[in-house]
Amino acid sequence: MSPSILHVSYLAASVLFILALRGLSSPQSARRGILLAEIGMLIAIVGTLLHKDIINYTWIAVAMAIGSVIGAAMSVWIPMTKMPERIALSHAFGGLAAALVGVAEYHTAMHAGRAQEIGALKMGALGFEVMFGALTFTGSLMAFGKLQGFITGAPVTYPLQNKSNIGLFFGCLGMAVYMIFFPTQGDVFYAMLGIGFALGVLLVLPIGGADMPVVISLLNSYAGLAAAATGFALQNNILIISGALDGASGFLLSIMMSKAMNRSFANVLFGAFGTGEAAPGTAAALPAGGASYNEGTVEEAAEVLRAAQSVIVIPGYGMAVSQAQHAVRDLMNLMLRNNASVKYAIHPVAGRMPGHMNVLLAEANVPYDQLFDLDAINDDFAQTDVVLVVGANDVVNPAAKTNPKSPIFGMPVFNVEQAKTAIVLKRSMNTGFAGIENDLFVSPNTMMVLGDAKKTLTNLTSHLKE
Amino acid sequence: MSSELLFGLYVFVLAGFVGYQVISKVPHLLHTPLMSATNAISGISLVGSLVAAGSEHNTVSTTLGVIAVTCATINVVGGFLITDRMLRMFRKRGPATGNAPKELKEGG
Repeated sequence: MSPSILHVSYLAASVLFILALRGLSSPQSARRGILLAEIGMLIAIVGTLLHKDIINYTWIAVAMAIGSVIGAAMSVWIPMTKMPERIALSHAFGGLAAALVGVAEYHTAMHAGRAQEIGALKMGALGFEVMFGALTFTGSLMAFGKLQGFITGAPVTYPLQNKSNIGLFFGCLGMAVYMIFFPTQGDVFYAMLGIGFALGVLLVLPIGGADMPVVISLLNSYAGLAAAATGFALQNNILIISGALDGASGFLLSIMMSKAMNRSFANVLFGAFGTGEAAPGTAAALPAGGASYNEGTVEEAAEVLRAAQSVIVIPGYGMAVSQAQHAVRDLMNLMLRNNASVKYAIHPVAGRMPGHMNVLLAEANVPYDQLFDLDAINDDFAQTDVVLVVGANDVVNPAAKTNPKSPIFGMPVFNVEQAKTAIVLKRSMNTGFAGIENDLFVSPNTMMVLGDAKKTLTNLTSHLKE
Repeated sequence: MSSELLFGLYVFVLAGFVGYQVISKVPHLLHTPLMSATNAISGISLVGSLVAAGSEHNTVSTTLGVIAVTCATINVVGGFLITDRMLRMFRKRGPATGNAPKELKEGG
């Protein structure tokens, strides 16, 4: 295939990718958009396979077959509650692919004794590609481990952590720059690769589980940057364009998530939330642990719900953990049949990744016109009979509005205290690893129903049916 | 600055700008599908891996290329499939009772 036709196929694919992202602006057009992206991808891959440099197709066919089987199996069988883990893994694959292509390019040049001929542009791009690819790979695996619980979800800290991480980061960057001037220094290149892998681990280590939405978005952005750097190294525009799209998307999401927690980027990355640096001062300012809360039985909670004309459900990570989305839906369908109004309030950082709760409720067949963003619903709480909090914590903590000493002070939260009654489903009265007490739980208008959320919800449904 | 670098930067900056504009219009509702869709799209790094895997320069490069092709294919195929699986679940008015399609029952 002539180079110009290859370029036309890449141009077509780029346009289709952008149209696909535009389709995602509404659920009605989203699926058609994804179809466009699939067509674009097919065009680009077929165009590339006809590339003059490709002489052996055997291994390509094998690799693509294995990749397709793994990819398809993962998408079909993975439960929706595990979406954050899956996304983290796919960032890891993306980062690894970029790093390996970079190493392969460099090795080929070294092997042929032509490292000196690598231009400054290509060498710089290869450096960035390998560094960002490597740190995305191990960083995403760390995020995966934290989400899965292989690694503690609590921030892991040690003295001089931030300083040494920043030092390593700039050291790595310095090595990439050094390579531009001395491209034959293979040792430096591979040392950079090694530091890149180490950096991914070290950077994610101090970040707590509740900050995962920001970290996953940021790793998304890094994966995009690595892909764009590959594009610069190979002088391939479609890689630059797709990398830029991916990078922009991840960047935008990380900003949105940071904003929704009223924290700066730097604070999320280097703040090591709730490690004891911020907690002691605040703990004293809050009521003593587990002071006096209203514990209610399932029967009592059912009576409150029976009398309710309006309900707002606030789901959180706890709903995902106990896979309670279907049980929530069953209970709320019953409320709807009893002529109560039902709304779901979704906080941007509820769960472990952007949009996590929306996907789970969609899986449970909750129509999306019942789901409301923070701004859209926050004035409705004053006219609401019952707020049902399912495994959410920080996003309903009034301390964010009232206690300047709280680590989450300033974070936009739901006005749950304005509703007549709140029913909070929670596993136990532990504060969790963030160590932040929640005034809502000890408010006289709040009924705590402790235990597994899914079980409680199922019991509530059967009580209401009686 | 070399003209190649300048040209690449043009493309990068403009694409990033378009991406920012388009993506800022995606509602919170669809942020998870957005993430898995951009993930599938950035699996386009497959085209770089393909050349590395198929050009038979030396064994090491071919091996690395083959692994890269596998990883990128997982992202492309898996990313598109799961994005579509998620988007199929979003509906405006679900049935009043829980007779969800078969696939949606899992884990429930």
